Amino acid sequence: MRTILSTKNLTVGYKGKKEAKPVLSNLNLSLQKGKLTCLLGTNGAGKSTLMRTIGGIQKPLDGEVFMQGKAIQSIDAKSLSKQLSLVLTDRIAPGNLTVYALVSLGRFPYTSWLGTLSQEDKDIIFMAMEATGILEFANKHIGELSDGERQKVMIARTLAQNTEVIFLDEPTAHLDLPNRMEIFHLLRELAVKEDKAILLTTHELDMALANADHLWLINQNQTIDSGLPEDLVLNGALEEAFKREQLQFDYELGSFKRISTQVKRKVKLEGDTILKRWTKSALERAGYEITQKPSEIEIQISGTLKAPLWHLNYNDTTYRTIQELLIQINNQ
Amino acid sequence: MNEITQGKRLRAKSLTLLGLMLIVLFLLDIGLGSVRIPVSEVVKTLLGQEIDNSGWQGIILKIRLPRAVTAILAGAALSLGGLQMQTLFRNPLAGPSVLGITAGASLGVAAVMLAAGTVTTTFSIRELGVDGSWLIIIASTLGAALVLVLILGISFKIRDNVVMLIVGLMVANITIAVVSIWQFFSNPEQIQEYILWTFGSLGGVTNEQLGALVAIVATGVVLTFFLSKTLNALLLGEDYAQSMGLNVKWARVAIIATTSILAGAITGFCGPIGFVGIAVPHLSRSFLNTSDHRTLVPTCALIGGILMLVCDIISQVPGSQTVLPVNAITAIIGSPIVIWIIVKRKNLKASF
Repeated sequence: MRTILSTKNLTVGYKGKKEAKPVLSNLNLSLQKGKLTCLLGTNGAGKSTLMRTIGGIQKPLDGEVFMQGKAIQSIDAKSLSKQLSLVLTDRIAPGNLTVYALVSLGRFPYTSWLGTLSQEDKDIIFMAMEATGILEFANKHIGELSDGERQKVMIARTLAQNTEVIFLDEPTAHLDLPNRMEIFHLLRELAVKEDKAILLTTHELDMALANADHLWLINQNQTIDSGLPEDLVLNGALEEAFKREQLQFDYELGSFKRISTQVKRKVKLEGDTILKRWTKSALERAGYEITQKPSEIEIQISGTLKAPLWHLNYNDTTYRTIQELLIQINNQ
Repeated sequence: MNEITQGKRLRAKSLTLLGLMLIVLFLLDIGLGSVRIPVSEVVKTLLGQEIDNSGWQGIILKIRLPRAVTAILAGAALSLGGLQMQTLFRNPLAGPSVLGITAGASLGVAAVMLAAGTVTTTFSIRELGVDGSWLIIIASTLGAALVLVLILGISFKIRDNVVMLIVGLMVANITIAVVSIWQFFSNPEQIQEYILWTFGSLGGVTNEQLGALVAIVATGVVLTFFLSKTLNALLLGEDYAQSMGLNVKWARVAIIATTSILAGAITGFCGPIGFVGIAVPHLSRSFLNTSDHRTLVPTCALIGGILMLVCDIISQVPGSQTVLPVNAITAIIGSPIVIWIIVKRKNLKASF
């Protein structure tokens, strides 16, 4: 295996006044090179605490963290900074710093006392900005960037720091869907192309399932299940980890659904697959259950994808939108 | 990438411009005052040539030169103190006074001026004669050092810089309260003496003392420049700085110690001079549109010197015998400048 970072019987948490408050315990994890690992857990499950501990910022309550076989507590800050770099959740905003200046801060462990950049430093900074696609705004100030662009700049800074391991804490927290997908795509690409070991925390199930090579799943026993995302789905670990009353994991869609307790009226749907999928979703939200059997309410979907028509059986009327259809059914 | 070298050239240009301004204002400051001396004569005297009017020579060398040099030193030292505090605490309202250093110096001075309540102590201070001003300086330095040691001690216990900022403010408040209780129980003449000191003065530094002040401030400026890289890393916050290999604890000790040396010395020699420390770092960042401390340190020192010279010229009220308290002038002149720049450039808010 190409393990670069591992933990042995690790317990993370906080030292309280009288007794230690463990957040996660019995952790025997390993991080692989060339892979994107997602640390998945609900809010407050201890994602950041674990990341801070294995990143050497916070001391473990018990157990050990090894970076390339060496206990992380015994590595001095300067050497560690050449092996591990971070993107944290704090929204940093030194507005007068240009993108170039911020990325070049990544060279901090390598430069002389004044921080003068050598040609080699400049080349590495250039490559870091190229790899993250931020060359075009090298001279813009951080304050002028969108959240997604800013996150890319922070990732470029870790590349400039030239470490084999990169940790990112909630890198997509403030981003919209296209930006989220772009960041995940970028991180995967970096893991594979640059052979980095990348660990990121997220609470976004769908993103983690779709993009992670490896999943560290915080379960309800305050420890972590580690494995391939699909394996964790199939053995039920994922459903267990996010378990709430009234929530049910849909094994077909790979996401959670609310269970409604009220008695539902049944509807039978027929027609084109895509149109059926969206009609079903609207009906289910409105509290109807879709059935295959003949029912009091039956809807026949016809027409094209761009101009669909819904035909309702009991009043023999055709509707042009799902909204009109729902109003009719609800009033019945 | 061409624009980056362009930015460098622009910075070099700005620094040269500021340097020239500083020299011109330095000469003007010496030339203007209750007696007006032509700049050409000032230059001659400074270059060591004899001039016809020996009275002017005396005024220039004994009074105005130390005063103008003190103005530059005070401006540079307080600005660099403010710059370091703002970066360390990532707070635009921080200044050299936030850690209670100025308050500590005031306490030292109050101790000398107000505790001299009994006849014997008053007498012994009078007896010191020429050395009386040294006594004030030593007292204020000790006061500043006392608060500094306290703050450094606490800073080893506290990880968070924002908490540290609040602790500093609280220590300052306690110190000020002690001074005010002391004032309450002192007699009016002593209070008047103390209050006069709080107005701030650039003229109290003698030629002999100036050597010491130059040495202290120069050390502080050099130390600050050595800390440029550290300060740059701290722009991203302590966690990032630590992840880049910076020893955050020692960095903080170094920054607090350097600031204390700079602010403590100036407060000791010149009294508490407000405003410059908060305003100049903002002016510098806004002027050069950068957060890089390698540029900001020299810029702050220059702009600080320039601002203090301007304030000194105005406080002398050229052509009259009146001298206004410099502490009031810095705020009256400085605040409108800062407001004007904030409104005009609109890039100040995003600094932190």
